[in-house]
Amino acid sequence: MKISPSKIISLLFFIFSGFYLHTAHQIQVFTFDENAAFNAKTFPIYLGYAGLIFSALYIILPETRPSNVNLKVLDYKKTITLVILMVLYGLTILRVGYFLSTSIFLVLSYVVLGERKWLWIFLLSFPFVAIFMYLLHGLLNIYLRDPFLQYIGVMG
Amino acid sequence: MIEGILIGLETAFSLKNLIMVMIGCFAGTIIGMLPGLGPMTAIALMIPITYGFEPSTGLILMAGVYYGAVFGGSTSSILINAPGIPGTVATSFDGYPMAQQGKAGKALAIAAYSSFAGGTIAAIFLLIAAPSLSKVSLAFRSPDYFGLMILGLTAVSAFSAKGHFLKAMMMVVLGLMLASVGQDTLSDIPRFTFQNMNLSDGISFVLVVMATFAMSEALTIIFKANDPTRIAKQISLSQLGSIKLDKLETKKMITTIPRSSVLGFIIGVLPGAGSTIASFLAYGMERNFVNDEEKQKFGKGSVNGLAAPETANNAACSGSFVPLLTLGIPGSGTTAVMLGALLGFGIQPGPRLYQTNPEIFWSVIMSMYIGMVILLILNLPLIPYIARVLATPRTFLIPLILFFSVTGIYLMSFNNFDIYMMIGIAVVATILRLYDFPMPPLILAFVLGGLMEENLRRSLLISDGSWNFLWDRPLTLTIMCIIAIIVFWQIFKSFKHKIN
Repeated sequence: MKISPSKIISLLFFIFSGFYLHTAHQIQVFTFDENAAFNAKTFPIYLGYAGLIFSALYIILPETRPSNVNLKVLDYKKTITLVILMVLYGLTILRVGYFLSTSIFLVLSYVVLGERKWLWIFLLSFPFVAIFMYLLHGLLNIYLRDPFLQYIGVMG
Repeated sequence: MIEGILIGLETAFSLKNLIMVMIGCFAGTIIGMLPGLGPMTAIALMIPITYGFEPSTGLILMAGVYYGAVFGGSTSSILINAPGIPGTVATSFDGYPMAQQGKAGKALAIAAYSSFAGGTIAAIFLLIAAPSLSKVSLAFRSPDYFGLMILGLTAVSAFSAKGHFLKAMMMVVLGLMLASVGQDTLSDIPRFTFQNMNLSDGISFVLVVMATFAMSEALTIIFKANDPTRIAKQISLSQLGSIKLDKLETKKMITTIPRSSVLGFIIGVLPGAGSTIASFLAYGMERNFVNDEEKQKFGKGSVNGLAAPETANNAACSGSFVPLLTLGIPGSGTTAVMLGALLGFGIQPGPRLYQTNPEIFWSVIMSMYIGMVILLILNLPLIPYIARVLATPRTFLIPLILFFSVTGIYLMSFNNFDIYMMIGIAVVATILRLYDFPMPPLILAFVLGGLMEENLRRSLLISDGSWNFLWDRPLTLTIMCIIAIIVFWQIFKSFKHKIN
């Protein structure tokens, strides 16, 4: 028997809703609030049940419009590489600083996606980020932490 | 009243104030286009600048910034599917597909005209009925708000994806679940935080919207890069199209704008409802009004589908000034910031403002309207240049969208945890989108989650735990009946489709 991916996702959502409901029951409320008409766990409990009902209905009922996805044409390599680059960007943004980590992220992303116009790659990374930073930090007065620029003395 | 309007006009039309409104519109558009910086932030950024000005000049500058930021938000919704504020999420449903079809210029023009028309009609309503409408806003109670929110969620699930009602309802529940993360608003009890301090304040709207719309859209484009149907779409991205509307498109807008304006204004008047519910309800209502042929185009680049939420959004913005100016109650985050600015100028909005300071009351209303006129004059010639964003090659555009998304959330929290969470949500959203699980219901549910719980809490406490509040008042009962009709109609349609 072949199960459609949408039904598998619904089954996962059913399990997730069960976990959510269990966690909702574990929420510690104040003693005087235990028997109140509404407390901090009332709404989440209703949500947990709603999640279970809707996902169960989708699993049980026949699919009216099954989604057809051709998995063979999907580009897994580039997508996963971009996700990894974003994780690395998140990892370095505070430690290295906004300017350097953003510029390097942009350069690597352009290259991963197949871009080879090096002048444009440069212009749309380092100078672009510098202008963007000036707009935020210089004009709109939004603080951006940047240990690298502070180290080389560009930022106070 | 006429005297007040004339005083307002005289103030707003002085050379100094006209220059201020122009600067405000331009700055607001730029700020609104940046991810994470919506009208609320834009106005907040202007408050320190305006303190040196006269109250009317300061308010005029802020009105320009307000409308500019709303238009800027629509621009990023249409061009890169990145709605910076909840009010422009519905704009992306048809605006973005239209831009993908090589009609970005036209989509931006429709957004500009609709916003202007919605704002104009709402401004007229505001002039005529502001004092008396404040009484209407007070007639709505917690059960009615709760019903109105369920109606909004059911309506958006019903129209978001044909034949995928249950998938949409699952997304609604998921959105509400995400909204429940963090401290309980009343008791401060942590919920679903798993002792992680980063979750105690909950998950931010910008994070969820950027992850589910902009970031997951960018990842989907790369994921489906080899899909033959997708390649055909990419070629059309380089076409900007004309900003001129043909007769049929104009006719469609003429029928859509009045009804969406009325709906948007009424919803805007209700404190707490705001432009988000207005734009979603207008979209749903419009889908029910149009013929079957046009209905099929919804979500694929419909003129009506773009004009309706844009009109309602702007009409609601004007409507939200009714409770602010007449009752002193800010109905939305933006009007709350505006209230702060008014108080900073020594102006106390409320029932007495209309009688004691009519010049301030009318100056604010007039300046809002002039802001919209200037915005239209300034932005229409700029549309072809703004739309050129889409002509950027995909190899540059995708990383830039990802960069804007990460920056948007980084500017709000300055921590890595939110960036990782955003990446995680984006990956899940990309997989869900692949199998036609719609994202708009998730976003609306996320936005309304807190308010919905608050109104349910009040309703249940007032009725001592009984669910009778759902049918005790005629207004609530009417709303619940409409919800029941939508749900049964969707179930009936599914079975009918299966039998056929």
